[in-house]
Amino acid sequence: MTSAEIIALLPYQKPFLFVDELTSISENSITGIYTFEKAAFFYEGHFKGNPVTPGVILTEVMAQIGVVCLGIFLLKDEIRQLSAPKIALTSNQIDFFLPVFPNEKVTVISEKEFFRFNKLKCKVQMFNASKELVCRGFISGMIK
Amino acid sequence: MEKEALITALKKIVKPYIQDEEAFENLSENTDFIKDLKINSANLVDVILDVEDTFDIIVDNESMEKMLTVKAALEIITTKLSEK
Repeated sequence: MTSAEIIALLPYQKPFLFVDELTSISENSITGIYTFEKAAFFYEGHFKGNPVTPGVILTEVMAQIGVVCLGIFLLKDEIRQLSAPKIALTSNQIDFFLPVFPNEKVTVISEKEFFRFNKLKCKVQMFNASKELVCRGFISGMIK
Repeated sequence: MEKEALITALKKIVKPYIQDEEAFENLSENTDFIKDLKINSANLVDVILDVEDTFDIIVDNESMEKMLTVKAALEIITTKLSEK
C-alpha cells in the first residue's frame, strides 16, 4: 500500500486532514510529515494575536499519522473493500516540549506497541524541521 | 488455582477500567464487564491483555468474543490454564 492509497482512505478532509505524506511504512512503524498552513482556522483564536499550534491539534496530527494511517496499513485488504475505516480515539498520554508555529513542518514517527482485537496502541513522537523533539507519548484507538 | 483466588486476581485486573464502583464492589460470577462495570471496548482489550500476562495464557479471537462476563472469563482462564 502506498502513501497516497492510505491517505485516500483516511476519513478526514480539509480543514481537519493533517497528513501530507507518509515517508516510510512497515508492519511495526510508520513515519509521516505535515506542514501547518499559516491560514489554518485555529491560529485566529490560539492565541489572540500570537498564533501557536494548539496541543490538541499536535495530538491529532500524531493520531492521524501514527495510529490511523498505520492502522489502515495493518488492516490492508480488509479495509480496501470499505469506503473508509471506522475509527475511534480511545486514549492518549502526551508530553509537550516545544511550540510549533505557522508554516512549520513536523515529522511524526510511530512505533506499534500492539494491535489486537482491533485496538492499536502506539508510541508516537513528533519532531520539528530542526529534528528537535516537539512532543511524545502513547495513543490508542479502535479501528475496523 | 481456586475460584476465589481467580476472582480476586480478575478484580485487580479490571479495577483501573471500571466506571461503576457499586457494581465493582458487588462483583460476582454474573457480573457483565460492559453492561455492569461499564468498561468500554478499548479497555476490555486491556483487560484481556492483562489476563494474558497475569496467567501466562494466550486468548484467541474466539475466546475474546465470549469473554464478556466474569463467569465466561473464569471458564476461559481455567480452560487455558488446564491446557498448559
